[in-house]
Amino acid sequence: MPAKTRRSKRPPAPSFAVERFRLDNGLRVVLMPDSSAPTVAIAVVYDVGFRSEPEGMTGFAHLFEHLMFEGSVTLEKGQHDKLVTGNGGVMNGSTRADYTNYYEQLPSNALELGLYLEADRMRGLRLTNENVQNQIAVVKEEIRVNVVNQPFGGFPWILLPPVMFKTFANAHNGYGSFVDLEAATVDQAAEFFDQYYAPGNATLVVAGDLDVDTTKKMIEHHFGTVPARAVPPLPSFAEPVPSEERRSVHEDPLAPLGAAAIAYRVPDPINQFEDYAASAVLTDLLADGTASRLYQRLVKRDQLATHVGGMLGTFGDPFDMRDPTMLQLLAYHPGGDIEPLLDALDEEVEAVAAGAATEEEVERVVTTMTAQTIRRVDDIMNRALAAAALEQQRSRAELLAELPAVLAAVTPDEVTGVAAEWLQPTSRAVLEVVPGGQR
Amino acid sequence: MTVTVAPAPIPSAVPKVGPFRSTKLPAVDERTLGNGLRALAVRKPGIPLVQARLVLPAPRPKATDADQAKQMVLAETLLSGTQHRGSVEVAEALQGMGATLNVRVDSEDLRLHGGVLSPSLPDYLSLVAELLAEPAFPKGEVEIERARKAQEVLLQRSEPAVIARAAFKRRLFGEHPYAGGLPEPEAVAGVGAGDLRRYFTSRVTARGGLLILVGDLRPTKALDAAEAAIGSWTGAAKVPRLPMLPAVEPGPILLVDRPGAAQSNIRIGGPALTRRDAGLPALLLANMIFGGYFSSRLVENIRERKGYTYSPRSWIDHQPLGSVLMIQADVGTEVTAPALLEMRYELGRMATLPVSVEELDAARRYLIGTTALSTQTQSGLTEYLLALSLAGLGLDYLRDLPKRLAKVTIDDVRDAAAEYLAPARLPTVIVGDTKAIRGSLETLDTVEDAPEV
Repeated sequence: MPAKTRRSKRPPAPSFAVERFRLDNGLRVVLMPDSSAPTVAIAVVYDVGFRSEPEGMTGFAHLFEHLMFEGSVTLEKGQHDKLVTGNGGVMNGSTRADYTNYYEQLPSNALELGLYLEADRMRGLRLTNENVQNQIAVVKEEIRVNVVNQPFGGFPWILLPPVMFKTFANAHNGYGSFVDLEAATVDQAAEFFDQYYAPGNATLVVAGDLDVDTTKKMIEHHFGTVPARAVPPLPSFAEPVPSEERRSVHEDPLAPLGAAAIAYRVPDPINQFEDYAASAVLTDLLADGTASRLYQRLVKRDQLATHVGGMLGTFGDPFDMRDPTMLQLLAYHPGGDIEPLLDALDEEVEAVAAGAATEEEVERVVTTMTAQTIRRVDDIMNRALAAAALEQQRSRAELLAELPAVLAAVTPDEVTGVAAEWLQPTSRAVLEVVPGGQR
Repeated sequence: MTVTVAPAPIPSAVPKVGPFRSTKLPAVDERTLGNGLRALAVRKPGIPLVQARLVLPAPRPKATDADQAKQMVLAETLLSGTQHRGSVEVAEALQGMGATLNVRVDSEDLRLHGGVLSPSLPDYLSLVAELLAEPAFPKGEVEIERARKAQEVLLQRSEPAVIARAAFKRRLFGEHPYAGGLPEPEAVAGVGAGDLRRYFTSRVTARGGLLILVGDLRPTKALDAAEAAIGSWTGAAKVPRLPMLPAVEPGPILLVDRPGAAQSNIRIGGPALTRRDAGLPALLLANMIFGGYFSSRLVENIRERKGYTYSPRSWIDHQPLGSVLMIQADVGTEVTAPALLEMRYELGRMATLPVSVEELDAARRYLIGTTALSTQTQSGLTEYLLALSLAGLGLDYLRDLPKRLAKVTIDDVRDAAAEYLAPARLPTVIVGDTKAIRGSLETLDTVEDAPEV
């Protein structure tokens, strides 16, 4: 095995100033000033994602995200959006496994307006049955566009978790079943807000063209008056690593080809951070881009797959997840038996686990990961969103700027170690998608 | 510069919004390289990356299956090696530079787009030059890639959005090369290395092309590096011109059958003004108010009131030969006709009645604000500069747009809408379960079935 060495080349890295404080009601705040352009980005992340949904309420966290745009105690339905867009801004929200975020990017002259709007809906919503029914219909159409009416819809994010995981929290469909969605009520929404949307369960990040003192005063003024409420305890979603391979076959009526997702459990993203960072490098070394080992083997050499990909975490952002999560390897193929594909994949994984990854290879992989990381945070909205998740889960918004250095410190030995310990066929999940063949 | 637009009407508790500050636009350095390629470089530091776009004219005068198949495989194999490097070495070289490089070939041009960590820009340009000057199209690589692309075509042909786009382009452009859809998988699987070599050397040229570099760079040095790397590559001596776009005829609703579909993909559209037209700002505002953003009439009606759809929208797609207004909504099968009725109602309202002052001012502020937002990242600025340069315009278009938007009146918007958003003039294509939707659609309009694709 190669000796453990650290690369001497310093990675290029962005630098961001980070100012943090906490309000009396428990709201955590991070300011990231950058006056290079006259705009600001505001991100509020609540510590509740679809893993927290109770049984019988699949898809509720996401439905609730929609309801956050449907009017507050002060503002009628539609006004929040009209105030943002009507002042030259953009806004949206998204629901993830471990959090839900809400965000807007505005010309900096509208900073206080954006802060007001986020504080306003944190204070209380205008929940009506009409709006709940309307958004249930909208969410059903969203699911039809992305899943029901789409070849490979829900692959792998909805289809893979129930193969890997046994507990309801980790395994269930985060988009929700139509039956559960249709049963959603105003009372449930009010209770969900009460339980999870307390200021103490939220983190606010403001990035961009801002003055720290003025912004701090604005935040105290607008958010400081939101009453403190009980914060739910952080749940544990822990479950054991599988003791044998778990397999499942899904028939997709619209898919014209086959696909497979091969997933492995990985170290705890927060409590085993160094090993987890090595897992991120391992993921890309195996399956990111045309230089990756699996692309070269499965697509080019053996021609068993037409496309390969890899992701760490539910949606491919390794650093917005809590434990447990997965390293996912994906392959699309012309159809038929996947055993040859799995055998070739195993050979590649075994080679890496036996120390085949070279210093030069790891350095190339890390260089490209660094460029990807930097490119993403060029946009202050992405910067604020990523910092908000890091601050909420790790109290470490600074990690965003430090990621290139973290990745650069990963050694080939560490990549080898993670592959050997975690990427075992006996503890993985394999999901096969087969064409339904009606069209 | 401050733009004077009336503030939005808002409840008294809502904080006031101060005057809007425009973004300072960067300087653009320009040079014509030895091969006739126009090269632009913009210093935009902040992150240590450079964005690169290289547009090489490669007009495809006919959308034949054979040509489309060659283009598709060409895009995949241009990076598969040179006289000096194999495909693995190209991929590893890019990875080691922290670079991306993608190739796209359409009816107008061959386009390379990507980015690189700034210290490696000269190496990146050299690699691009080597790929253009000495592409190898190795036989083995071509065989792998054509098989993959044939599979990909199968997949794309199963996607409702792709089916709808192809059907709509065909409806709008007829036999014009812009109508090109997806070639038959068999045509793709039959492309040979010789076809690609011939296609590349005889159809792709540097003359009239465009190179854009934006990011953490020194413009003079970057242009010197570009000249040194690709200034002598000329490509084909002469390339054909594309024919003019045909006139659009409205006609019946065109139905494309997808038996059992859970949704119908509704597409409506027609010709629009280009970035060079003086009247564009009024049409941009009309489009915004109709369906161009979340606070538009279309979203308010068929999503926020009726719940028929998730993300209805309209936009203007600018192409070199002409611009197109596109309107789309993916709606539940059972509400297809009601959704179309509402879409046409909102179009008709735009075309025949004045918009409100509040709607107009909100759309103005949205366009001014988001145009400024979109030029703040290296990639955003690069895409804008590329689109403007291809239209023969410069960044002063962006500088002047707020003033032009501020001058548009309610009458201007109605005139633009009457011309370009009139429902009677816009063809409609619907992809869906014909058996389930045809009857109710026939209560609204005449309906015609699309030929099998």
